[in-house]
Amino acid sequence: MATSVAPTIPDRAARPRSLAGTSRRDQLFRAILTACALAIPILLVMLLVVLVRGADPAIRKFGFHFIVDSVWDPIAGKFGAFPLIVGTLLTSLIALIVAVPLSLGVAIYLTEFAPEIVRKPIAMTIELLAAIPSVVYGLWGVFVLMPILRTAVFPFLRTVLGFLPFFQGVIYGPSVLAASMILAIMIMPFIMSVSREVLLAVPNSQREAALALGATRWEAVRTAIVPYARSGILGAVILGLGRALGETMAVTMLIGNRHEIVASLFAPGYTMAAVIANEFAEAQDRLHFAAMTYVALVLFLVTVLINAAARLMIWRVSRGAGSGGKEL
Amino acid sequence: MNRRTIRRARSNIMVGLMIGAVIVAVLPLLFILGSLILRGASSLSVAFFTRMPVPAGETGGGVLHAIVGTLLIVGVAALMGVPIGMGAGLHAAEYPGSKLSWTARFVADVMNGTPSIVVGVFAYTLVVAPQKHYSAFAGSLALAVLMVPMIMRSTEELIKLVPNSLREAALALGYARWRTSLTIVLRTALPGIVTGSLLAIARVAGETAPLLLTALGNQYFSVDLNGPMETLPHVVYKYATGPYEEWHQFAWAAALVLIMVVLVLSIAARIATRQRFGGARG
Amino acid sequence: MADDIQPRMRTRNLTAYYGTNAAVKAVTLQFAPNQVHALIGPSGCGKSTFLRSLNRMHEMSVGGWITGQVHLDNENVYTPEVSVIQLRRRVGMVFQKPTPFPTKSIYDNVAAGLMLDGKRPRAELDEIVERSLRRAALWDEVKDRLKTSAIALSGGQQQRLCLARTIAPEPEVILLDEPTASLDPQGTQRIEELVFELKRDFTIIIVTHNMQQAARTSDTTTFFYLGAMIEHGPTSQIFTTPQNEQTEAYITGRFG
Repeated sequence: MATSVAPTIPDRAARPRSLAGTSRRDQLFRAILTACALAIPILLVMLLVVLVRGADPAIRKFGFHFIVDSVWDPIAGKFGAFPLIVGTLLTSLIALIVAVPLSLGVAIYLTEFAPEIVRKPIAMTIELLAAIPSVVYGLWGVFVLMPILRTAVFPFLRTVLGFLPFFQGVIYGPSVLAASMILAIMIMPFIMSVSREVLLAVPNSQREAALALGATRWEAVRTAIVPYARSGILGAVILGLGRALGETMAVTMLIGNRHEIVASLFAPGYTMAAVIANEFAEAQDRLHFAAMTYVALVLFLVTVLINAAARLMIWRVSRGAGSGGKEL
Repeated sequence: MNRRTIRRARSNIMVGLMIGAVIVAVLPLLFILGSLILRGASSLSVAFFTRMPVPAGETGGGVLHAIVGTLLIVGVAALMGVPIGMGAGLHAAEYPGSKLSWTARFVADVMNGTPSIVVGVFAYTLVVAPQKHYSAFAGSLALAVLMVPMIMRSTEELIKLVPNSLREAALALGYARWRTSLTIVLRTALPGIVTGSLLAIARVAGETAPLLLTALGNQYFSVDLNGPMETLPHVVYKYATGPYEEWHQFAWAAALVLIMVVLVLSIAARIATRQRFGGARG
Repeated sequence: MADDIQPRMRTRNLTAYYGTNAAVKAVTLQFAPNQVHALIGPSGCGKSTFLRSLNRMHEMSVGGWITGQVHLDNENVYTPEVSVIQLRRRVGMVFQKPTPFPTKSIYDNVAAGLMLDGKRPRAELDEIVERSLRRAALWDEVKDRLKTSAIALSGGQQQRLCLARTIAPEPEVILLDEPTASLDPQGTQRIEELVFELKRDFTIIIVTHNMQQAARTSDTTTFFYLGAMIEHGPTSQIFTTPQNEQTEAYITGRFG
């Protein structure tokens, strides 16, 4: 049989349509799956729409001033979320400052240094910690952690760091600092596991190259691995921040639930999530509900933005490393 | 060689610090579990699981209504959330190039970080406000919304693990696309998918915040989804923040039960998968 | 091939694309019934793509499509009227990597293709399963454990299981895509013996990397290179007196 020359490629229009005749059942199958997949972005949009409409009375009355006003008086119908925002940011930031170094340390230890025997138990512990519900952390925080903080840790801090306005003032127990501490404990497992995934995605060639040049294990980590995974780790931290911003139960049980901003970290405070949890059941008038829905809306937008940014950062590292970036 | 010793020493110090970090990180878990057992176990009894609460100030009684409430609300949520999550995950795995898949994946990841209280406000505004009364169903709705993105992502990842050769073998045998996806691919990935769903359910069972706004709580026994209903996490919150010492005791016991349910579900799910894969390596 | 014998399968100007890239270029071939036809050539020459175009598996690949014709018993299979599913029941395929369905037992694996067009009585299924396993030379080894998991079998056994699964629905043509590539020499030999026996009832087209395998088992051989069909003829002729110098270079091992 003679060979033949390759024909010229027919242009797109002449190309036959898909010949694998999709039967009716296949189409139905795909339609059902498509409906399920559509549900997810639709849910997100619905969330947004419902929140905006629910917050509408408050948005119309207060506009953007809502974010900078400090007065929260349901009876007078005046609502300002500034203390809530400050409290949220403050507790989350302090929690991050405490949690990130510890979490990174654990994550790096697990992926680079830990002997094989220890890895499993530690990894399991992290998973268990992540599975504990917020309200249980709150319970433990109220009856175990807070007494310790109130009787030992806070006085110590006041003695040592009392020259700073943050560590002055009366020690009640329920406080911004107490909430920050429980928050730190709660977001650690989260940052640990995401960082670990990111570090595992760093190709071995990086490690080996550094070690081959004579670096110590720590130096290899510091100069080769962490820089490579830098944006992924940053993403993990930001994800942790996102988590902290939205934590509700443990925070509301330890923060004191007071609408005011004071310099002292030993004083009670409030967060966006906590106010909703606390006041929703007792709210009477529409404006009060709308104001809290407005708070929920702000919280929602902030966490969506933060999470989206974090995911993009993590996605970049996993993709760059070429591994099938395991999802969190 | 002085430099090298310094560098090595620094390396060892850092490792030491890291081990310290591990200890600090692990400590809370031991502490919490210890507290739960010490303070909660003494209140656990058959009565705890089978009786209703007694008037404040008295001892005894139980949280039957909360246990039943949690089972009911989480059960309904699972009925709604698991199919949708699995369907979306299957879609993303079967049609990976599709723009819808990419969008759903990204949105699911973002939604996985949404605070549960926000979802609670959503469910409140959608169901409770128009009806002007609290609703356990609204609670189920909120929990379902929380579940769907989790289950979608885990289902997708697991189906992607099924080798394409299996799909091809079925297609070459004359299997239709839908039958291949369901009876071959999904079947093979099923143990892992069940695990993922159980884990999501366990996570969601411990959520209190959305329930505060929807199902709230109920001192009476109720299975009416259209009204308030008591749940375990809410019991923990209510009793922990209440004024009575007996209530605090109960809070610990309820928390212990809650943790046990969550942990047992999680661990059981893991073991189930491991066994399956272990056997499959034949 | 004698003029009056109808080819079981034939292609006319078959060109198979991945997107805009032609992996198979205008191949016209005929495959006589009840013979073993080998397709050989170096990696990437298009022989597997060609094979997968015969049972319309090629279009399952990303960007896969074809121009030209493929006929099974004189019917063009690339027309909208033809059901792909029915086609694949008449043209079966065994892949390089043994792929038993992991959640099914040995019995259910073999019967997998049988239950697609309606239920059959149990006795009939039992009979077909046994017959298929016998023809795949696997019956004696598994007859006592038909209900056990298929993945507990060895690699060679799994491949014979896949073969049994493929022949159970009585296809007319069996396509084998490097079926022994992941087996040890013993497993390879058993499959080759089976191929020789099975040609009595089926038309077999086998893609192989292994020239000796082609020489041992096939009646006709086709040499592919860079997507084009270079030479085709009776196996003995191709291997002793190839007409084309590229063919000769390949079979004497000068490249590929």
